[in-house]
Amino acid sequence: MSNRNHWALPQFSLRFTQLWRRNLLVWRKLAIPSMLGNLADPLLYMFGLGYGLGRMLEDVNGMSYIGFLAAGIICSSTMMSASFEAMYSAFSRMQMQKTWEAILNAPLTLDDVVLGELVWAASKSFLSGCAVLVVATVLGLVPSPLALAVVPLIFLTGLAFAGLGLIMTALSPSYDFFMYYFTLCVTPMMLLCGVFFPLDQLPAAAQVAAQLLPLTHAVSLARPLVNGDVPPSWLLHIAVLAVYALAGFYVALALTRRRLLK
Amino acid sequence: MNAAAPLAAIGLRKSYGEREVVCGVDFALQPGECFGLLGPNGAGKTTTLRLCLGLTDPDGGSITVLGKPVPQQAREARMRIGVVPQFDNLDPDFTIRENLLIFGRYFDIPDTTLRARIPDLLEFAGLSSRADARIQTLSGGMKRRLTLARALINDPELIFLDEPTTGLDPQARHVIWERLRNLLKQGKTLLLTTHFMEEAERLCSRVAIMDHGKIIAEGEPRSLIAQHIEPQVIEVYGEGVYGEGAPDWADRFGRKHAERCEATGETIFCYTHDPAPLITDLDACGDLRYLHRRASLEDVFLKLTGRELRD
Repeated sequence: MSNRNHWALPQFSLRFTQLWRRNLLVWRKLAIPSMLGNLADPLLYMFGLGYGLGRMLEDVNGMSYIGFLAAGIICSSTMMSASFEAMYSAFSRMQMQKTWEAILNAPLTLDDVVLGELVWAASKSFLSGCAVLVVATVLGLVPSPLALAVVPLIFLTGLAFAGLGLIMTALSPSYDFFMYYFTLCVTPMMLLCGVFFPLDQLPAAAQVAAQLLPLTHAVSLARPLVNGDVPPSWLLHIAVLAVYALAGFYVALALTRRRLLK
Repeated sequence: MNAAAPLAAIGLRKSYGEREVVCGVDFALQPGECFGLLGPNGAGKTTTLRLCLGLTDPDGGSITVLGKPVPQQAREARMRIGVVPQFDNLDPDFTIRENLLIFGRYFDIPDTTLRARIPDLLEFAGLSSRADARIQTLSGGMKRRLTLARALINDPELIFLDEPTTGLDPQARHVIWERLRNLLKQGKTLLLTTHFMEEAERLCSRVAIMDHGKIIAEGEPRSLIAQHIEPQVIEVYGEGVYGEGAPDWADRFGRKHAERCEATGETIFCYTHDPAPLITDLDACGDLRYLHRRASLEDVFLKLTGRELRD
């Protein structure tokens, strides 16, 4: 009999929802502090930069700066929340609490577990992204009902970053390892993907590089939608995010299998 | 091999890189028995359990668990298996009751069934009064009992116990043993790994001694003892009146009169059919201390797996 191929296609059962449900129950116990924590950071950015810096600017791409910023912060907040959940929290469950080990003795497979974690991290980031969208709407920064299309976009963005985060979790020897990902990937994306200023302010080479990063595509979709416009080349942006989500999940699953199914 | 065996492994092999950790293991469980897999650390016991659960694929051989081929249908097999892992992995984010409820959901058991089953399991674990306590507040023995109760949430036919009493105090250990005998009375089949020979001798109807990835002896504990070891053992230790240590005594007297003498640390083990001459001499030696007992599974284990340290 040959050894299981780590790159074999995933086989799921609906039991992955039970892991999702478990995580939801834990989250519910700490929901209020968790939501406040998730909201505080993005809102500080939005108000601090939006009002502070915004006063010095006429308008940016035909929007008030705070309106421009809101769409970016929706996406970056989703990225942060999905990344944290897929790395620190999932790593705790895998390595520290051995929650996955217990679950694998039940009739769940590692494929179910990794899928459950992916969907959970995306769900949690969905709440963070939507919370920012709601605040922006309350502040009157969202002029068009087209912004409702941002809601599924937030979930897709969450899936893309959850997949990437789970890759890091599969590779990580300890919590410290995640700092590399934040320093080398998350922070550059925050600054180079059009969250705080339009991409065309960057040198040409950086603009090209930014097109490879998932956050650029999330922002390219969210900003016109929040402002009431249909985003140019929206299909391409959705496709890039979907490829990130699918490929991220697939690589994360293969690496997790290699790590745990020894 | 019996077709109705709850678990049958034939020619099991597993390597990690160059190192073969399971090298051709065959064993089969009979319904309703407690089968012990004994061996020093690193003998391949836990890997064998992982193979039987379908958590890792064998390099060779075949496994059938409750009629399902593993790993191909491991998920179906695990529906009817309970597992007590070597290290507690209770969910620290939940209370005792929630731990049972949430674990039961992984088996697709409806909440109503679980809520009906949980009080009995709490009773079984002696934790009824602590149902809403958090996991962090439990003692080691309580955690083990809860882990055992959790393994029963799906009313399994077969229960895997990987060193279930390691790290427990004697009181807690006796409670676990009593619960396990209780499960045997209910007709459950148990697969137990342990390196406490007393535990194996008390619980197991049959044991297999594993070392370096192979089963080196298998049978009922009593017959293994009869087959491998002289029936009487005298352990000698301490220092005698004229500064004669146990090893000196062995050189002077023990080795000549016992059928076999072994040294472990500063203790001499004398194996014999006739202990009388040894005891007479030891009594005359004054304060050289000794313990006279019947041969046990531990003596078999030490004889077969050697006395050097395993790390």
